[in-house]
Amino acid sequence: MNAISGAYDWLTTSANWQGEKGVWHRLAEHLYFSGVCLAVACLIALPVALYLGHIGKGGALAVNISNVGRAVPTLAVLILLTLTPLGEHGDVPTLIALVLFAVPPLLTNAYIGMREVDRSVVEAARGMGMSGRQLFARVELPLAYPLVMTGVRSAAVQVVATATLAAMAGEGGLGRIITAGFNLQNTPQVVAGAFLVALLALLVEGVLVLAGRFFDPMRGRSRVSS
Amino acid sequence: MSKRDCLVANDWICGEYIRSRSQELTDATLEHVAITGASVLIGVAVALPLALIARRWRFLAAPILGVTTVLYSIPSLAMFSLLLPFFGLSASLVVTGLVLYSLTILVRNILAGLQAVPEDAREAAKGMGYGPLRLLWEVELPLALPALLAGVRITTVSTVALTTVGAIVDYGGLGTLILDGLDTQFKAQVLTASALCVVLAIAADLLLLALQRLLTPWTRAHRIRPGRFSRKAGAAKSVAKVAEPV
Repeated sequence: MNAISGAYDWLTTSANWQGEKGVWHRLAEHLYFSGVCLAVACLIALPVALYLGHIGKGGALAVNISNVGRAVPTLAVLILLTLTPLGEHGDVPTLIALVLFAVPPLLTNAYIGMREVDRSVVEAARGMGMSGRQLFARVELPLAYPLVMTGVRSAAVQVVATATLAAMAGEGGLGRIITAGFNLQNTPQVVAGAFLVALLALLVEGVLVLAGRFFDPMRGRSRVSS
Repeated sequence: MSKRDCLVANDWICGEYIRSRSQELTDATLEHVAITGASVLIGVAVALPLALIARRWRFLAAPILGVTTVLYSIPSLAMFSLLLPFFGLSASLVVTGLVLYSLTILVRNILAGLQAVPEDAREAAKGMGYGPLRLLWEVELPLALPALLAGVRITTVSTVALTTVGAIVDYGGLGTLILDGLDTQFKAQVLTASALCVVLAIAADLLLLALQRLLTPWTRAHRIRPGRFSRKAGAAKSVAKVAEPV
């Protein structure tokens, strides 16, 4: 395949990695956008979801927000926000869109994780005299942890993907290498950029799987009782 | 204010735009529906044999599910771009990308549906002399249908949204209008096309829900209605554990 050897050549040309439009700079932009927005989305969504799960209310909201998130095209939101007055403030539309699309998986998974905690375990903890706060921190949260982390992982993959699409709305990030390739009708560059984006997405997911295992509060102990 | 031209003023909502460009909007919507429809149909056609293979040869189940999950994590722009050398700027590029995404949920749901077929039903059919193919078509697939259709609904809704990204190769249906609207700063075009996308997704979902009820009347007939909460949480479980491609 010409395009594939061309993409290899593109990736091994050091000029393509340097400078304002080079891979390193685009990667830094991508990671910066993604990291900040994932952190903000976690700060917004996780407390709300964990609290709602703890008191057992708002289930319809937590579930439906995922369905809404699926039906709304990311590209449309990015472009709509760019055309609003917010678009004059550089990165702001992208940052907002990234946070918006990271919230649903976080909210839904964390909420379901909390609600799926075995009710008999919760009642046993209450019977032992645990307060609401103790119950939350020592029982519910450790047991809900795997699904909470699934949510974080989904959100991270989502954010990396949305940050790629932001290039179509004129923003930076690795997606820019792809869109520039399309504009130049340079297929090797398109393929090289796509390869980098796909690699980044898989790496982010892999790192989060490992981090999730490492920080597991019940590492080495069995979570399944039944 | 008297008669004010909303096209000149570049308003977000503009009736004149919808009137004067109705042909363009219709064409884009039809293209959108065609791409989504083709992707979901081909997706089912590919996912079904994959699910059957995964069930027949257990050791293949992990690789099949693993590969489809990995495909799901690849950002859509990258997915379409990686297919560029194979398909060029064409609608088949977009459809192929969307099919690859649809496999994750479809294979998972079909496999789960097939595995949930009660052993009794299978044994009874075998006892009545059903061959493997007839067993599959007349017993197993109908019983797996609710799970399959649930997967089709989820896939269709996300495919409608993802089709917009096809705009990068000019085959994005309404997405092409959205992207053009960015270049020309045409607010009414962007908002109208975006709204149509959401309407399409909702309409497709409702249509498939109606189809699901029509095809599987027995799922509602003799089941004790579970409580409001448990039903919703149960429905969510199947969808929440996978990421969304964007």
